[in-house]
Amino acid sequence: MSEKKDNNLNSPSKLNDELRSAITPAAAPSALQMREMGPLRALAASFGLPRLIITGFLLLMFIVAPFVGNDFWKQVANVINRFSWNAVLVLAMVPMIHSGCGLNFGLPLGIISGLLGATMSIELGFTGVGSFFAAILIATPIAIVLGSGYGWLLNRIKGGEMMIATYVGFSSVSFMCMMWLLLPYHSPTMVWGFAGKGLRTTISLEGFYDKALANFLAIKFSDDFILPTGTLLFFALLAFLMWAFLHTKTGTAMTAVGSNPTFARAAGVNVDRMRLLSVILSTWLGAMGILVYEQGFGFIQLYNAPFYMALPAVSAILIGGASVNKASIANVVIGTFLFQGMVTMTPTVMNSAIHMDMSEVIRVIVSQGMILYALTRKTEGGGR
Amino acid sequence: MEENKGFGAKALEFVRNNIVPILFILICAFCIPLSGFSPAYLINEIVTRMGRNIFLILCLLIPIMAGMGLNFAMTLGAMAGEIALIFVSDWQIWGIPGVVLAMILQIPFSILLGLLCGSILNHSKGREMITSYIISFFMTGVYQLVVLYMMGSIIPIKHFSVKLPRGYGIRNTVSLLNMRQCLDNLLAVNIGGVKVPVLTFLIIGVLCLFILWFRKTKLGQDMRAVGQDMEVARDAGINVERTRLISIVISTVMAGFGMIIYLQNMGNISTYSSHSQIGMFCIAALLVGGASVDKASIGNVFLGVILFHTMFIVAPKAGAAITGDSMIGEYFRVFCSYGVITIALVMYETKKRRNKSRTAQELARAAAEEAAKEAAK
Amino acid sequence: MSNAPLLEMRNIRKDFFGNQVLEDINLTLHEGEVLGLCGENGAGKSTLMKILFGMDVIRETGGYGGDILINGEKVEFATPFDALAAGIGMVHQEFSLIPGFTATENILLNREPTKHSVLSEVFGSRLDTLNNREMASRSDTAIEKMGVRIDADMTINSMPVGHKQFTEIARELSKEQLRLLILDEPTAVLTEKEAEALLESIRGMSKRGIAIIFITHRLHEILSVCGKVVVMRDGHVVSDVPAADTTVEEITRQMVGRSVETGAAAQEARSLDGARTIMSIRKLWVDMPGELVRCVDLDVREGEILGIGGLAGQGKLGIPNGIMGLYEAGGSVTLDGKDIPLNSPRKCLDASLAFVSEDRRGVGLLLDESLEWNVAFPAMQVQNKFLKPLLGGLVKWRDEKAIRAVTEKYVEELAIKCTGTRQKAKELSGGNQQKICLAKAFALEPKFLFVSEPTRGIDVGAKALVLEALRKFNRESGVTVVMISSELEELRSVCDRIAIVSGGRISGVLPASASSEELGMLMVSQVV
Repeated sequence: MSEKKDNNLNSPSKLNDELRSAITPAAAPSALQMREMGPLRALAASFGLPRLIITGFLLLMFIVAPFVGNDFWKQVANVINRFSWNAVLVLAMVPMIHSGCGLNFGLPLGIISGLLGATMSIELGFTGVGSFFAAILIATPIAIVLGSGYGWLLNRIKGGEMMIATYVGFSSVSFMCMMWLLLPYHSPTMVWGFAGKGLRTTISLEGFYDKALANFLAIKFSDDFILPTGTLLFFALLAFLMWAFLHTKTGTAMTAVGSNPTFARAAGVNVDRMRLLSVILSTWLGAMGILVYEQGFGFIQLYNAPFYMALPAVSAILIGGASVNKASIANVVIGTFLFQGMVTMTPTVMNSAIHMDMSEVIRVIVSQGMILYALTRKTEGGGR
Repeated sequence: MEENKGFGAKALEFVRNNIVPILFILICAFCIPLSGFSPAYLINEIVTRMGRNIFLILCLLIPIMAGMGLNFAMTLGAMAGEIALIFVSDWQIWGIPGVVLAMILQIPFSILLGLLCGSILNHSKGREMITSYIISFFMTGVYQLVVLYMMGSIIPIKHFSVKLPRGYGIRNTVSLLNMRQCLDNLLAVNIGGVKVPVLTFLIIGVLCLFILWFRKTKLGQDMRAVGQDMEVARDAGINVERTRLISIVISTVMAGFGMIIYLQNMGNISTYSSHSQIGMFCIAALLVGGASVDKASIGNVFLGVILFHTMFIVAPKAGAAITGDSMIGEYFRVFCSYGVITIALVMYETKKRRNKSRTAQELARAAAEEAAKEAAK
Repeated sequence: MSNAPLLEMRNIRKDFFGNQVLEDINLTLHEGEVLGLCGENGAGKSTLMKILFGMDVIRETGGYGGDILINGEKVEFATPFDALAAGIGMVHQEFSLIPGFTATENILLNREPTKHSVLSEVFGSRLDTLNNREMASRSDTAIEKMGVRIDADMTINSMPVGHKQFTEIARELSKEQLRLLILDEPTAVLTEKEAEALLESIRGMSKRGIAIIFITHRLHEILSVCGKVVVMRDGHVVSDVPAADTTVEEITRQMVGRSVETGAAAQEARSLDGARTIMSIRKLWVDMPGELVRCVDLDVREGEILGIGGLAGQGKLGIPNGIMGLYEAGGSVTLDGKDIPLNSPRKCLDASLAFVSEDRRGVGLLLDESLEWNVAFPAMQVQNKFLKPLLGGLVKWRDEKAIRAVTEKYVEELAIKCTGTRQKAKELSGGNQQKICLAKAFALEPKFLFVSEPTRGIDVGAKALVLEALRKFNRESGVTVVMISSELEELRSVCDRIAIVSGGRISGVLPASASSEELGMLMVSQVV
């Protein structure tokens, strides 16, 4: 924002702005431009070049897979499975992007709420599918409390959200590392056998909520291909709720806050409250996300595991076509599918094709490259 | 009475401005007796760690001067240093010549990486820190690609002690036993049981002098100007982008030197993890010394290294003494590193906002007085 | 020495894409001469100075016509640096200073004297060390030249505002080649004492042979210090006389007078003397940077269109922005006898006030969203319009159909040119964006509407349409409108009464039929 309102007509940059807005009939005649660009470039422009490359890469993987001796359907099943585990974590990015808080690098905070819910549910003696819902019930108030604190902090440091979010995530994970050891857990399935206290790094969910959602209405096509219908439905439910929320009065206000906070304030919206709400929502979805992930994976991972869980989710939504201040449900679905597809396909295919497992390296380069690409894009509009 | 009050307010102001170092002094004061280490052992450890780390931390100062915040991408320089050392140990050049050769060899690598990083950061003005942080991750991937797959297959690497048995890629650990502490041992002096690596400290001293001198050069002045207000600097004819680029290149090259000093002290390279935590620990140490995102001095570096590493040494033992579990201390020191960075970032952002609202308050007060005066009339 | 004047501008013309802003400007300036340049905002002063200073914006918008001669030689400046090299210096209204640097460092920014060293021989001159002693002496010389004492070692952020201004002037003076100095409203931020010192320093500089172009709204300053006075209006020079031959009244008349009297428009002005007061503003102060409102008392009558005019920076924009809660404000505002709480945009909107901001892109629009959202958003948030209750009112669902209907209605009524109601706001032209801002306010169906600079930055055709839409809205819905504009003629053509703001206060309220001279005198009466 400029300091002097009227006077700065005389400053060169402001005058430029004024002139451009006065004179150029349209700032971005996109449709017209695209027609002139030719079909391929227009596609690249609307779809985003990085996304196009990744889609192409994934398609290539699917085509190559059978030739190098991988079972096609097994691959598909793999990708769908991974999708079902991760989609909710990616969905947790949406509210904060919408309210202009940027990419939620602080996802670990939500994950911690989920982990607390999970461990407490087991500690309290819940078993089977019930333990999953108990975990949700316990995690929800924790996520709301942690999310409120986190949101309050982010409201005090507007403009520097992403960096601080990263370190809030890291600090909370390392704090919880101590807590996992110190908190008075006693359930023999979770604590170290010899010491009788302190949680294990990995806790098996067998007998608890392992595949709690996945087995619901699961469709078995073959031994290798079991569709985790329940998990997909659960994601669909959350995604639908998110979509519906964005269509309500409050959701509309949240999007406007992210698009131009000054406009929203002038229209009588309480900007800070909207941002707080979005952070709480993101944190809660993060908690749900980790629970869904665990029930698919079959294990609870504690200690250092949540450290780098934010980055894959962030790059997934960016690959899906979101930017630092715009995201939709479609971005989540496409992005998770592409990202998880890449992650699951590359190791198997490359291993069988060239006997060299470069998948980890490719995953790192692609996902970090995607975030980097998004960060160097200029964000348009908005009053910052 | 009046003076007392002034002193109290001043003391409060001092505490608020130096909350992080004070907190760390308290932590150290609490943990040292609990850890049960002998003073000689502690001092010895701290001196060793100072020699090992200070150079790396000093490389953060120049980007801060140019207003680019904490350079999380100093990791790039560390990678350049590691690559140079891998080559040198493949060629089996050991001792001081090896170290010197590695230092020369890393310069082109780190300049290249610095240019890349600097130009990306010029595209993301205003969010340099998060971008440099992601760059460090991105380049870690590229580094792995080069070291794990291209070295030995495309880039000639011969020696069996370096190369993986499969024929390409570098081993997880590359031993530098033959150049271990060769810098530190040269001219080393033993003072009351404490080994002081004089040469390393001399090198650090030279670098400090360089930084002090650099601040007084035209380039240094330009960097300070760019750091404070890019637009004004540009209007005055300073090439803003180029200046920022140079600051990152200098920082990266210095980080390369620093990494070689660090690794010759350690005596081996953990090929795939040595660099990954380096950035975080250096930044944490600098912030512990009382630096902030936009202001840091050589004094902050020295104080930071001493406090941070004291905490690092004593925390596991102290944690074990309190809880009976040594892991607690390990986690505690990691928590401290992240926590201190978080606090510093939050303080920096809130300070920015406080400054803004203060001007608004002043204006409002003036206007209110004016209105009151008017009303009195 | 040749007889040619230091600066000569011949037949300077400039248009911004067909919009003529300067026509046939002729100016001459001799060594040591002080020229006072006055004119309303938008008269073309700034554009003229930008041409002289070689600013990028001029070249980007198609260059200019006519010649600039320095010492009789034709020059063409591609960048401000060329102008600087030719000895022209300019002190802008906005400070261009590095906050953490001392005055000396700022005065010599990027022109620091340096010492060579071994390293700089190898790595280039940027590694020269600064010569602090030489820097100090040069900045002292410049401050000496200026004749106003400022502390050379004080950092900018601990300086009072006035000293920042003097630092800028000293910076220009430190340039050896300086022969012509442009001062753009330098006294606006100075205290009375400092302004006096500045005038003294101008006289001193003039004695040293430096020519000065002095732009200000404080006319008595011009008369006390200038050799000659040039008045501009609508892109023309209307008067160019020695200062001794003119008076404040004369200059004012020339500034605001019209070549073609547009009395016809003002005839529409109604006299609503009998109407009751709908809004009364008492002791309002607003902390809007650059548009400080100090103490405003104003009554608005029901159903009228009240214009608020005044020179830039005098506080006219602060009034609506303060009342609507966008900037911190104090005082009391009542609407229909009910108090309006300040500093809360929501409470104002609830009280059926609406505001069209002058800052279209910053405050007025969601540039990245559709026209539908832009039009319907405030009404949706404030009045729960365009919402469908679902699940027994538990969920307030966006009613896309109603939103589209209302947007289409306004697109048609206001003749907004767009490809459809789903088009993004940033893709529209300035005039159409302004209409969207109006539609947004109309959709709130307010009792009382503030419109700030409704025609800024839009072309002539769109201007007329926007003003017509406002008038129609006022006449048909009986809504009271307060319109803030820096263009007096525009106010006279639409409004019933015009209030003039000067120095953060209302200096007078006149019927729109009052003459331009009367209004003009009010404008400059309390300028600070």
